[in-house]
Amino acid sequence: MIRRITLICTLGLAALLVVVAAGCGGNASGSGDGDSSLTLVAYSTPQEAYEEIIPAFQKTSAGQNVDFEQSYASSGEQSRAVEAGLPADIVAFSLEPDVTRLVDAGLVPADWAQADHDGMVTDSVVVLAVRKGNPKNIQTWDDIVQEGVEVITPNPFTSGGARWNLMAAYGAQIKQGKSEEEAVDFLRQVLEHTAVQDKSARESLQTFTGGKGDVLIAYENEAITAQQKGEELDYVVPDETILIENPVAVTEEASEQAQAFVDFLQGPEAQKIFGEKGYRPVDDEVLGQFDYPQPSGLFTIKDVGGWDAVMTKFFDRDTGLVAKIEADLGVSTESG
Amino acid sequence: MRSRLALRTVALGYLALLLILPIGLIFFRTFEDGLGPVWDALTNPDTIHALWLTILITLIAVPANTVFGVAAALMLVRQRFPGRSVLNAVIDLPFALSPIVVGLALILVYGRTGWLGGWLNANGIQVIFALPGMVLATIFVSLPFVVREVVPVLREIGTEQDEAAWTLGASPFATFRRVTLPAIRWGITYGVVLTTARALGEFGAVSVVSGKLAGRTETLTLRVENEFQRFDLVGAYTASVVLAILALVVVLAMNLFRRETDGDRGAARQQAVR
Amino acid sequence: MPQKAAPGGLPLGRSFATAYLGLIVLIPLAAVAWRSTEGGAGGFWRAISSPAAVSSLKLTFVCSLVVVAINAVTGTLIAWVLVRDSFRGKAIVNSLIDLPFALPTIVAGLTLLALYGPKGPIGINVAYTRAAIILALLFVTLPFVVRSVQPVLLELDREMEEAAASLGASSLSIFRRIVLPNLMPAILSGVALAFARSIGEFGSVILISGNIPFQTEVASVHIFSQIESDDVTGAAAVSVLLLVISFVSLLAIDTFRKWGSKHEE
Repeated sequence: MIRRITLICTLGLAALLVVVAAGCGGNASGSGDGDSSLTLVAYSTPQEAYEEIIPAFQKTSAGQNVDFEQSYASSGEQSRAVEAGLPADIVAFSLEPDVTRLVDAGLVPADWAQADHDGMVTDSVVVLAVRKGNPKNIQTWDDIVQEGVEVITPNPFTSGGARWNLMAAYGAQIKQGKSEEEAVDFLRQVLEHTAVQDKSARESLQTFTGGKGDVLIAYENEAITAQQKGEELDYVVPDETILIENPVAVTEEASEQAQAFVDFLQGPEAQKIFGEKGYRPVDDEVLGQFDYPQPSGLFTIKDVGGWDAVMTKFFDRDTGLVAKIEADLGVSTESG
Repeated sequence: MRSRLALRTVALGYLALLLILPIGLIFFRTFEDGLGPVWDALTNPDTIHALWLTILITLIAVPANTVFGVAAALMLVRQRFPGRSVLNAVIDLPFALSPIVVGLALILVYGRTGWLGGWLNANGIQVIFALPGMVLATIFVSLPFVVREVVPVLREIGTEQDEAAWTLGASPFATFRRVTLPAIRWGITYGVVLTTARALGEFGAVSVVSGKLAGRTETLTLRVENEFQRFDLVGAYTASVVLAILALVVVLAMNLFRRETDGDRGAARQQAVR
Repeated sequence: MPQKAAPGGLPLGRSFATAYLGLIVLIPLAAVAWRSTEGGAGGFWRAISSPAAVSSLKLTFVCSLVVVAINAVTGTLIAWVLVRDSFRGKAIVNSLIDLPFALPTIVAGLTLLALYGPKGPIGINVAYTRAAIILALLFVTLPFVVRSVQPVLLELDREMEEAAASLGASSLSIFRRIVLPNLMPAILSGVALAFARSIGEFGSVILISGNIPFQTEVASVHIFSQIESDDVTGAAAVSVLLLVISFVSLLAIDTFRKWGSKHEE
């Protein structure tokens, strides 16, 4: 008797779920009855921004009747997915090498960086996120390698964000006038203090807001996003830090509308939305409307050698400096 | 008896810490802020689509694996051929494989530069990062269960009845349909339930081959990940609750059918003894 | 006269099963094996012998062995309590045992993190440690030994136990000398399943373990990190190694099962 009731309830619940799901199954966000469709494959952090920008684009004449499919995951994963066949019209990644990979695979035109603003759509800077009230009084890079301070930064071999972080740390030392040796040693100290290495920048933010660690090395826009979502943290913009530049590119197979979308992204309306979400607009005029702090010792990736050189020098799994540091620390990556 | 109480306490304590508390916490955290946010999360079109997609994939993967499972079980129990134990182990392999390896394997075959990927791409067929790829990944990880449940039942019931039917002139197919199939029906059913459980809950392998296109190739488990990463904790927990409820439904069904299967096997064993 | 094919063994079924298995399982695995050879034998060896790979494999095995050892004890205990004891709510507890099997790994990871992480309500914080790996693995492997032992316990003839008790043997020695030998094949079978599952676990571990190479990075996470660093060949190599070990474990399961069913007579 009880068995029969259980059986009926079970099947009934299952059937209900199927019916409900099937009934609402067909249409989801953006995929309606438009004339054409664009697929945006982006890294995870600007999801909130694009969710406002895309409807704004769809209100313009260029964007009418254009449906969007969107995918957000960590930059490296997305870049690899597109390389492996994920169809994409527009790619927006967190750092340039993830686009270069697609250029090498023949999926993105080689001249993508000749576009406006060198192909970049947003900027940010590397900051030090701390607990609300900054209990450990962290103000500078040196403070994070103090005794007893736990650092959170992602795994530099799986996360683009981690690479920006470490180059910021390294470059800051150089900017302060330290020697190459001292700068590399500083990197070693940072990694020594690192308690958790998540696979992506967003995940390291989750780890930090989940209560682990004293300082999170992060993008400024990540810290702002967390604050906007009600997470309790503060952040410090160090005097010396790196300018993060996020690229966007149109793929080989994409239509003209994709280029129209990218143009829109670099236009004033989208740039303003980016600014409101915590990103620094690349458009100087729009940037002026916000009051993002300008660090006195701001430098770019070019100042430390450019991504090509940096990837080889620091992040090569076998011979890179970071790989060597991690191996020495017993915290290695894959040095054969 | 004192020791009985002690044993019971230890066992229940272990289960409380490891199983009951965590599940209870999901439900608690989901409804912490009331029903409103939960309803919003449930009626989000992307979440609904994710649920539908999860169920769709399951509805494809499970019957496929069931047909395979019965055919393979018959092969393993009733036929002799070289490499039979190797085949047995290969069928069980998906059970043990890391989902990352499964995803990697599928990309190496169906990806743009994979073995079949080039040809598929040239002919405009999208397998990877689309429904077919996700179905393949799900079939892969849920492959063994029907086989493993049907094999012991087949072994128990032996071939006497089938041979009897045959000598009476029944065709192989009729024998299968009228004699074999009814005898193994609880094994099949239990295997189907296990397969369904596995398929509904798959995360790792599908994560690699899905492309995570919201409203298109995002399953409910991927949705949990996405919501969690966007600090939409209520959304993540709500989707988790839906998955937990689906899991509970499957679990109840499992227990229902397990009793039947054990009953069947017990009866068969008693018959063999007599 | 009976035909050459055994009753119920449809020749069509055989080709279908083989083709299905080939397409779904064998070809993708072959692709991994093939890719692992792209760097030659030297490259293969380098990938599986790199310090980080070795460390992750060691960690994975040690954790898995600890987990199955714990499961052998607790699984048997729980099965014993569920079969031989009776208390209110037993049926519900019995049903819940299967939950970890049906629950997605990411949900398992999230909930363990919520309960035993920094913001956990009961004050226990083991997140981002090796203990967290053990915790996650214990959760996902909970049902295996229990469900393996339960049917055997159910069918166990209690006459010998009762006879020994009437002769004055203590419960412990009854268990050790009479019950345990009968349960051993089932325990081992459950243990082998739990082991196979543990060495490949990814979704729950990656959320809660911290993934620090050399400290809390398990094999599946290491493979993932190789893929994300463009070392697909190396990832394939370590995957092949894990595959071989899983395969060996599964052959062992089969042997235990055969031994177990011989024992039943």
